Amino acid sequence: MRRLLFLLPLAVVLALVGALAWPILEGRDPRALPSVLLDKPVPAFDLPGLAADTGGLHSDELSGRPVLVNVFASWCAPCRQEIPLLVQLSAEGVPIYGIAYKDEPAATRKFLAQLGDPYRGVGVDRDGRIAIEFGVYGVPETYVIDGAGRIRHRHVGAVTEDVARRTLLPLLEELSK
Amino acid sequence: MTGRRVLRAAALAAVLFGALPAGAVQPDEMLRDPALEQRARELSAGVRCLVCQNQSIDDSNADLARDLRKLVRERLLAGDTDQQVLDYLTARYGPFVLLEPPKTRSTWLLWYGPFALLAVGAAGVAAAAALRARRRAEPEPLSAEERSRLEALLSDEAAGTNEDPR
Repeated sequence: MRRLLFLLPLAVVLALVGALAWPILEGRDPRALPSVLLDKPVPAFDLPGLAADTGGLHSDELSGRPVLVNVFASWCAPCRQEIPLLVQLSAEGVPIYGIAYKDEPAATRKFLAQLGDPYRGVGVDRDGRIAIEFGVYGVPETYVIDGAGRIRHRHVGAVTEDVARRTLLPLLEELSK
Repeated sequence: MTGRRVLRAAALAAVLFGALPAGAVQPDEMLRDPALEQRARELSAGVRCLVCQNQSIDDSNADLARDLRKLVRERLLAGDTDQQVLDYLTARYGPFVLLEPPKTRSTWLLWYGPFALLAVGAAGVAAAAALRARRRAEPEPLSAEERSRLEALLSDEAAGTNEDPR
């Protein structure tokens, strides 16, 4: 027993390495940050629309029923990737609202005309200040907002089929009960 | 000759040490009030750029870092204290936005863990040293066999018959 005591430091190091490696092996993204705004109300905003004759987006529109809010930009490649899926979700009846992050409205309009427009309403956040209120640090980000207008989930990066079917849709369903 | 060399070295030293790190702050971002600008620089040196994650917003050229630098300056112009500015940022991005994590219950292991480990290690070394010192001070008593061998050797020597077998 005493003889094996010299192995103790090795065992401690192995335990430490294991504990530190576990989240990575589990497939958790080490760069992903939890939102501090979870369970807090959506920040209040009133953003202008994409054109003079289209309405903008007001934070009040997001409460009443569970919705998705997608922060996107025409200059962002993963946003381009996720749009077809968002269009499909929207067609299935999921209410999705968009915040156009630091983008020319003309460029956003062209982007949506090309790829399809999944949004019930789009607000233009030219200087990115409202995105800062949400704690956005890279587009695209997608938020799940419950009926009381509180942020319940944040997904950073493009929404994939997997993320939508396994996380976003079940959460929306649970929230609409 | 040496005088000129000294002069040259002094000039080089002046240039090297006089050059301050400029950070990523653009001239058009700077505040007119130098005292306020100084505070903004110090604050942003402690705020993490969330895009690059291991740089401060003062060092980073990322777009979001520039926006946050502007925001810090706006808050200062609006009369916020340094703490209020940091609170504003943590309310949106969480404590991760601060390069130096706050000392809360969830971070005490991070702050004091290394010292605790050091203390445990020091205690271990001290215990081992004490054990070794005690062992050295009290040699093991001879076994019965050793004693009889010793006695035999000593009596041989006394009789003068202790010849080298070689």
